[in-house]
Amino acid sequence: MFDLDKWQEIFNTIRKNKLRTFLTALGVFWGIFMLVFLMGSGKGLENGVMRQFGLKVKNALFVWTQRTSMPYEGLPPGRRAQLTIDDVRAISDQVPTVQYMAPRMWVPSGEIVHGDNHAAFDVRGEEPDIFHIEAMEMFDGRFINQIDLKEKRKVAVIGHRVKEVLFENDEEVIGSSIRIRGTDYLVIGIFRSLDSDEDATEEEQTIYIPLTTAQQITNRHNEINWFVCAIYPNASTSKAETEIKALLRKRHRIHPDDPQGVRSDNIEEEFKEVNGLFTGISLTVWVVGIGSLLAGVIGVGNVMLIIVKERTKEIGIRKALGATPFSIVSMILLESVFITTLAGYFGLLCSSGIIILMNTAVGEGGEFFYNPQVDMGVGLGALVILVISGALTGLVPALQAANVNPVVALKDE
Amino acid sequence: MIKLKDIRKSYTTGFNELQVLKGIDLEIEAGEFVSIMGSSGSGKSTLLNILGILDDYDSGTYHLDDTFIDKTLSQKQAALLRNRFIGFVFQSFNLLNFKTAWENVALPLYYQKVNRKERQGIALDYLERVGLREWADHLPTQLSGGQQQRVAIARALITKPKVILADEPTGALDSQTSYDVMEIFKQVNDEGITVVVVTHENDIAGMSKRIIRLTDGLIGESVVNEH
Repeated sequence: MFDLDKWQEIFNTIRKNKLRTFLTALGVFWGIFMLVFLMGSGKGLENGVMRQFGLKVKNALFVWTQRTSMPYEGLPPGRRAQLTIDDVRAISDQVPTVQYMAPRMWVPSGEIVHGDNHAAFDVRGEEPDIFHIEAMEMFDGRFINQIDLKEKRKVAVIGHRVKEVLFENDEEVIGSSIRIRGTDYLVIGIFRSLDSDEDATEEEQTIYIPLTTAQQITNRHNEINWFVCAIYPNASTSKAETEIKALLRKRHRIHPDDPQGVRSDNIEEEFKEVNGLFTGISLTVWVVGIGSLLAGVIGVGNVMLIIVKERTKEIGIRKALGATPFSIVSMILLESVFITTLAGYFGLLCSSGIIILMNTAVGEGGEFFYNPQVDMGVGLGALVILVISGALTGLVPALQAANVNPVVALKDE
Repeated sequence: MIKLKDIRKSYTTGFNELQVLKGIDLEIEAGEFVSIMGSSGSGKSTLLNILGILDDYDSGTYHLDDTFIDKTLSQKQAALLRNRFIGFVFQSFNLLNFKTAWENVALPLYYQKVNRKERQGIALDYLERVGLREWADHLPTQLSGGQQQRVAIARALITKPKVILADEPTGALDSQTSYDVMEIFKQVNDEGITVVVVTHENDIAGMSKRIIRLTDGLIGESVVNEH
């Protein structure tokens, strides 16, 4: 329903009171600007810190053993349990929430040689599941598979950095060989780490060989150094952690209350802490943002009240000429909704613009600030709140205007 | 046209109750040209406000064109009745300053939901009648007092009301302009529209057909002018 007269009315008032309208609009503009800007920045901070976690599986559990600190079943403290493949299989069988299980082993390796190039790199025995737990992707070739394990093949998956050091730029890597501890290994794949920057650099200087191969060449059949497992996303990592440790203590005759013996590291805890921090930040952002939005909206209501006071005489004249209370109410309401909506829209536009600019400026390099973004839903929601609150703040003055006694109003000078 | 029986009205200011109208009985026939006179405080403006349904009364009965005007009328009903039956002319013109002459004249039609184009046509016709056709696009502040009052009269006439109520319409005008304005009222009255003018100027009242004097909230005397 477009009513030219009503809109002319609004534009007339706005034109006659430029400064007042501007100040009112500024309040609303600033409110929504702050809300959206703060939320975008908060999101940027969150994305930045979350990126520090990398793409590592958030519910990974690292488990290793240490010397026991308590005597148990006649055994003295100070023993150190040797983890074995059997432990790992038992856990996979008895703890149903374990999704991926990756036993690991360090291989003392010395210099790794390829042609004339040689350098020292970490060598680790791995199983295929590790691919699903560590944040990594294949750059070329394939990862270790079950057949490699079964046949204890002399194959290696090398980090990208290893490839850079040992191979010439134009050299074919996959299918060529590197020498570890005097034995040739066939390179079957190159991986890149998707971890945060520092960790990624370190990880890409590592060489993976099948776990069984590692056990064979170190003459440690069945043994492993430690293992990492991933818990199903909908299960509790902490609960699985308790179960796994209890099982290991039982298998290795360690006192159930021994804080040493079996140790573990649970990313979930750390992750929860950071998550909690950001819940706090976003709560603050909401409180501050909505507070400033509210201030803007109340400002509009205030100004509308003054406008009604100023227009008392006009309203009296209109009523004398046959204006119904409804027509007065709708006139005042439309005006306040118009001002808040327009100002709010500009606020939304400006803050989104600035966030896009920030995003471009920060790019990929931001250490603690990355990809600030505004949820479109939140932006639109804020705009809707603004329109509704514009109407609500206009309502009181509008009703007041509608109740102006024409006799009194006409005397108003 | 207008029938008042025992109309009473009082205002409360602080702890004092001020009886303004103390039982007005008044009949004005259709087509009359009446002036209401009285000293200030005699209640003539209050009476006019009640006649114009701008104010309610405490007791009594009021019939306008055989319609009973209930004192508990809703604001909306009052607005519709005012729009249909009554045209107002005020001492201070009461034009909207940001609207041009023709827009001011057309405003009552806006509340009758007449579309803008049509409103403009009718408003120009009425401006023609008061001799201000060429001033249609001027703002009130660009017009003289007499011209503003004529715009106000055109505005009062545009809805073809039964009654024109004028509250000291010449109070802010010099005598020549006052006579011009009264001349317009006379023409309006000749067309059969009832005109009620509140004034305290004898010569202005003398131009109407009947003078009603109000003293202390009561009708004093009613004199028919011989022309």
